[in-house]
Amino acid sequence: MSPSVLENNALYQSIYSAINWVMPDFLDSIVGYAAAFAMVMLVANLVLVITPLFIWFERRILGRFQQRLGPNRWGPFGLLQPIADAIKLIIKEDIVPRGADRLVFNAAPVILFMPVMLMVAVIPFGTQFYLVDLNVAVLYIIAVGTLETIGIFMAGWASGNRYALMGAVRSVAMLVSYEVPLVMSLAAVLLWAGSMSLVEIVDKQPVPLILLQPLGFFVFIAATIAEMNRAPFDLIEAESEIVAGYHTEYSGMKFGVFQLAEFASVVVGAGFITAIFLKGAAGWSFLPSPAWFSLKWLAVIFCIIWIRATLPRVRVDQVMAFAWKFLLPLSAINLILVAVEMVIWPSPNGAQLWMIGLINFAVAAVAIAVLATALGHRNFAPRSPQIPTSTVVGEKVV
Amino acid sequence: MYGIGIAKGLLVTLRNLFRTPSTVQYPEERVEQHSRFRGQEFSWYEERCTGCASCAKYCPLGIIEIVTDPSQQAIQDGDKYAIEKFDIDIGRCMYCGLCVEACPYDALFMGSGFERARYTRDELFIPMEELKNATKRPSTWFRPQLEGKGYDPQSGQPLGWKDVGRHEAPDYEAMQRRWADR
Amino acid sequence: MSVSSNPVTVNIGPQHPSTHGVFRLKVEFDGEEILDLEPVFGYLHRGTEKLAEERNYSQVITLTDRLDYTASMTNNQAYVLTCEKLGQIDVPERGLYLRVIAAELQRVAAHLMATGFLLQDMGAMGTPLMYCFRERERILELFEMLCGARITNSYMRIGGVFYDAPESFWPALRQFLAEMPEYIDEYESLMTGNEILLGRTKGVSSLSIEDIVNASISGPMLRAAGLSWDVRKSDPYDIYSSLDFEVPVGTQGDVYDRYWVRLQEMRQSLSLVEQCVSRIPQGPVRAEVPLIFRPPEGDAYVPIEAPKGELGFYIVSDGGISPYRCKIRAPSFINLTLLKEMLIGRKMADLVVILGSIDINMGEVDR
Ligand code: SF4
Ligand code: SF4
Repeated sequence: MSPSVLENNALYQSIYSAINWVMPDFLDSIVGYAAAFAMVMLVANLVLVITPLFIWFERRILGRFQQRLGPNRWGPFGLLQPIADAIKLIIKEDIVPRGADRLVFNAAPVILFMPVMLMVAVIPFGTQFYLVDLNVAVLYIIAVGTLETIGIFMAGWASGNRYALMGAVRSVAMLVSYEVPLVMSLAAVLLWAGSMSLVEIVDKQPVPLILLQPLGFFVFIAATIAEMNRAPFDLIEAESEIVAGYHTEYSGMKFGVFQLAEFASVVVGAGFITAIFLKGAAGWSFLPSPAWFSLKWLAVIFCIIWIRATLPRVRVDQVMAFAWKFLLPLSAINLILVAVEMVIWPSPNGAQLWMIGLINFAVAAVAIAVLATALGHRNFAPRSPQIPTSTVVGEKVV
Repeated sequence: MYGIGIAKGLLVTLRNLFRTPSTVQYPEERVEQHSRFRGQEFSWYEERCTGCASCAKYCPLGIIEIVTDPSQQAIQDGDKYAIEKFDIDIGRCMYCGLCVEACPYDALFMGSGFERARYTRDELFIPMEELKNATKRPSTWFRPQLEGKGYDPQSGQPLGWKDVGRHEAPDYEAMQRRWADR
Repeated sequence: MSVSSNPVTVNIGPQHPSTHGVFRLKVEFDGEEILDLEPVFGYLHRGTEKLAEERNYSQVITLTDRLDYTASMTNNQAYVLTCEKLGQIDVPERGLYLRVIAAELQRVAAHLMATGFLLQDMGAMGTPLMYCFRERERILELFEMLCGARITNSYMRIGGVFYDAPESFWPALRQFLAEMPEYIDEYESLMTGNEILLGRTKGVSSLSIEDIVNASISGPMLRAAGLSWDVRKSDPYDIYSSLDFEVPVGTQGDVYDRYWVRLQEMRQSLSLVEQCVSRIPQGPVRAEVPLIFRPPEGDAYVPIEAPKGELGFYIVSDGGISPYRCKIRAPSFINLTLLKEMLIGRKMADLVVILGSIDINMGEVDR
């Protein structure tokens, strides 16, 4: 007996048969639930293990980008560094500021962490390798993902610190702005796939969707980076401006949980990008499907780190302008384009796919160029490095 | 056009990803240190020191404490007082090296290490005994005779008081010119 | 329904990642916008001017190291120049050349640091900062060869420099001079064209030449506004009158121009060092000056072009072994004069960028 939603879930089936084999017969009735529980534990802990690994990876890569060595003292290649960090955080004093709202202050890390873990449920890590194939997965991601902001706002509000409050307010403003282009770019994907289930979206991609909807990909990755609070849109915890943003007042493991949640949201976000635009776990058969997923996922992660290593932060008004004036029109263009193409070629064959891809790339290039030029009302051309002949002003100035 | 600058920047960081890191892993590897490096532990040659306390007077912070006993005379390398106390409080030292510059008898040298860190301020006090017994690898700062010999304190070879040489003979005239009015 | 909002006052600093030390700004914010602000100084006040009165002339050199600790060499230089003017001392030629080499290398190092931190304040996650520090490190290594210290150099002495450079210094310097322009090109391609940087810096805190001159601001800030005023040209000291260099000037006086002027000045400094290396004569490096220096009664003021602007020491001597009065004209402090004009009406994020572009150093501001 097993819950019907798990019927054709390979992961579940294998766990089920393993448990069934171990369990005595008279416990047959609970095997299904035990298997489901084991599966949830497995995937949830997988994320909890991968996130520290990702933290290590990011720090190493960032170190190399900056010509440093990066953490390398603990364990082989410094792999145990996140564990050392966690131990350090746990034994640190846990400070609650006097002006803080204790209850909300303490609840915020949990509330922030929860949605990240919830979102993991729908990611297809491999063919038939997922927790649940939800038929409204995309809607679920958007709905649950925005909950994170509540955690951030709670933290910022309850800290009783003005930097924290500023970070929290920025977070809400960014959520409001970036959710729109994010959803619009996803809408184009939904149009293509005709389904909200991530598993089906992966299946419906004849080639990775990035080749067919480059504009949508651009908007989606920009908006996701903004939602993940990563550079260059990391205004929420812009350390040079508002110290650490919403978690300025947190210390010890609560701070650790914030960090974990933040990095986990990158892990999960990169998972979505992989599934939606890179055809998820599909690949040639010489590698198992989860390996393909991991490879693509690593590539996405690397790009995100690379962007972080290179770009300065955008100012707060520019962030909003970027969302409303740049990403929103782009996503609208993308949506219209895809809709028109879907009408013309309802089920495209090979040649038509080429057509679609070429048209979309052309439109993307033109749209980005035109919009950028129209928006770049300031003169963005860097000055040519020539030095005017010096005219020294003597005694009297001006 | 928009985006070219960002793309260029991305290429620069990518290129740097494949360069060897410019930092080193400190305790195992060290960056090359130059022989003039003004290190923490001082090299003081008791045999040379006359107890004139020029160093103590010239130190901007007054952290060298010297107590001498004029009743005795110990002859080793010129006249000298018996030195009862020669302490340097490196907890306040700024390693400016002025004391070394002031010493007319080449008895005081800057050290060459940088690892004399301690957990308490009291331990940052270098008493005379420690100065006497230390392995001396003097820095060549303001000691051109060592530099001329090509001595490198990083090579690890300690120098005794007979080896460190003289960089100027302490004759009365020169001392007058150096210390008094022109 | 109407929503009312009150301005919030935020204390930025004295402990804040981007106030470049212990600088404090009491800022009134309306949301992200700055309504009013009040700078508070003095957290790093060490009484350098008073301490100088208690020490003899040579010992004060060690105090000047700690004014603008990112540019000790130029501090040394300004101080010893003033003392030499007081005592009418002629410095041997080679000493002057060594001083200029050291000062120009220091200018490159200080500008590297300013640029790196400007980008860091802009939020560039340490990468430009690390690249800038990588090259600054090489300059510091050269300093270590020269004088045994990297930051607090105390290299110059009244009457020259403390000693000639070691043999190994020259090849290392030549190699550095050969490689450095490439690295500056790298910074340019990493940063100068970056649209985010342009968007963050262009038109931010533009100041007119009149305002800047009235506030007596000097250095890259002044030159960014378009006035070619460089003490090395207008009032040459050491050997600058015999060297050949340009003074890069900007047009707008905004953050971008300041950044750009600094990058160009680095190139100019490198060419200055190159000229010095090719021309440096043989000979003594230090005039015969007693360790206890006793200048005649009188006073002297010598300004120099420090990386941050016009740095000058005004020393009054009563004929004794220590200065009777030592006044320091610290460029960082005076460059902060127009803080209100630059900041009011701007955003929080601009605040840190503008502060970074002024390139203050609290050691010098508070003295
Ligand atoms: S190095 Fe400078 S501070 Fe230290 S003892 Fe010598 S003179 Fe004094
Ligand atoms: S100046 Fe030299 S000789 Fe005189 S007390 Fe100091 S170390 Fe000894």
